[in-house]
Amino acid sequence: MADPVTFIAQWLRDYLTNLGLASEWISVIMAALGVVVLASAVLLVDIFLVWVERKVVARFQDRLGPNRLGPFGLFQPIADVIKLLIKEDITPQGADKFVYNLAPILALATVIMLWAVIPISATVAGSTINVGALYIVAVGAIGTLSIIMAGWASHNKYALLGAFRMVAQMISYEVPMVIAILIPVILAKSMTLTDIVESQSVWYIVLAPIAAIVFLIGAQAELGRAPFDLSEAESEIVAGFHIEYTGMKFGLFYAGELLHAMTFGGLFATFFLGGWRGWGAETYPILGIGYFFIKAMFMYWVIMWIKYSFPRVRIDQMLNFCWKFLTPLILTVLSITAIMDKLLTGVPYWIYVLAMLLMNLVVLYFVYRTVGSYARKERQKVADPAKVRVNFPVKASTTPTQVS
Amino acid sequence: MLNDWLFVGLMLVMAPIFPIAALIIPRILAPKKPNPLKSQTYECGIETVGDTWIQFKAQYYNFALVFLVFDVEIVFLFPWAVAFNQLPLYGVIVGILFIEVLVIGLIYAWRKGILEWF
Repeated sequence: MADPVTFIAQWLRDYLTNLGLASEWISVIMAALGVVVLASAVLLVDIFLVWVERKVVARFQDRLGPNRLGPFGLFQPIADVIKLLIKEDITPQGADKFVYNLAPILALATVIMLWAVIPISATVAGSTINVGALYIVAVGAIGTLSIIMAGWASHNKYALLGAFRMVAQMISYEVPMVIAILIPVILAKSMTLTDIVESQSVWYIVLAPIAAIVFLIGAQAELGRAPFDLSEAESEIVAGFHIEYTGMKFGLFYAGELLHAMTFGGLFATFFLGGWRGWGAETYPILGIGYFFIKAMFMYWVIMWIKYSFPRVRIDQMLNFCWKFLTPLILTVLSITAIMDKLLTGVPYWIYVLAMLLMNLVVLYFVYRTVGSYARKERQKVADPAKVRVNFPVKASTTPTQVS
Repeated sequence: MLNDWLFVGLMLVMAPIFPIAALIIPRILAPKKPNPLKSQTYECGIETVGDTWIQFKAQYYNFALVFLVFDVEIVFLFPWAVAFNQLPLYGVIVGILFIEVLVIGLIYAWRKGILEWF
């Protein structure tokens, strides 16, 4: 009776067997029930996240936030949902109706799909498929598709601009982020997320801090949150790709974005913070659920913290930062990690951990030196522009049929 | 093994049902008073000029091409990372050489000015 979840699952299996069902059908029924429970739980968390987001934003901006409905304004998201449900649904003229309606569905559905492989505790994991990390990358890419669908189908120039920027950003930052996922996979020698969690007797944030930082930056950009919120830059393109969406369709984009942020918190916890691991989580797996959600919420809070602390970057800065800094950096770290992991086979684990940490710190030091000298040069450019040779002169695009 | 994929398959079927349900409820509850002004394209009060679906900046395409190269590389690297314990040191070095070949490609694109935005 150490774990209520296994107990309930076993009781249900016995009950169905007593009804005389074939074992194949029992597996199908159990999996279907699991899917319904998991998806509903994730959506409940999502409704709660609306309250968390608004409350935390308010605190960052020195306001109170929702505090009227229920204790601490906890019923505010329910009021929001009811309001969105009874709003009139407007389809803009000239919109591609099928794609226009499909985009918000995909935006939320893909995020729910991601939870199928995330291990929530020692015994609760939707699925332990052996390509878990690849599944996350693949399903996450469908989110990009929903954004280009929304921007294209809305028949609105602002929406199209927002979608282009968002897709350029998402595909660019996917490269360093996925390579950052590759490093825990090398350390654990498995793509299954449960194996990755179980092999973290020392959290991978100690063994691979650079990968963790790059993953966090990549997650921030994938989410389109500040400093990478070019796709919905309010002062330039109003709201970006979801400008023409009203009522519940907008609500689905909003819910999808919040849940995506929380999912990235959970993925960060799984890859780098030991997932459900904690004191007593092996003996009492129910504790693991608590540990997992504490870590995921903490990372969600960090993502919000970054979002509300930094100003927006320009699109050229955003692309330069990805292709000329993050990608070479993470490829270097990947190569060194791979070689060191092979050379250090057979040494005691604490030496292995120390060597990995030391390697990361050395790389960080060199990065600090390089970036520092580059920043000095850039400051000089601003201070004394006459001395600097311009490599790529800025060309103004004059043709009216071209949007950038 | 098959049970795991069963769960993922059911998830792929079930996950869209929740958002679809959330879109069907407003059809029943919400008012429906369409009006030509209401459904106009929203551009901060100014009427939209010309078609939206026109040619766009070609640079997005450049970045998509560079991304494609790296994405395919990553897909090849995942099996390499999983089979790490069975690989000899030689196999690891070959894998790293594979990465470096693509790094040379990145440097080439960089020197060619593909990664510049103007």
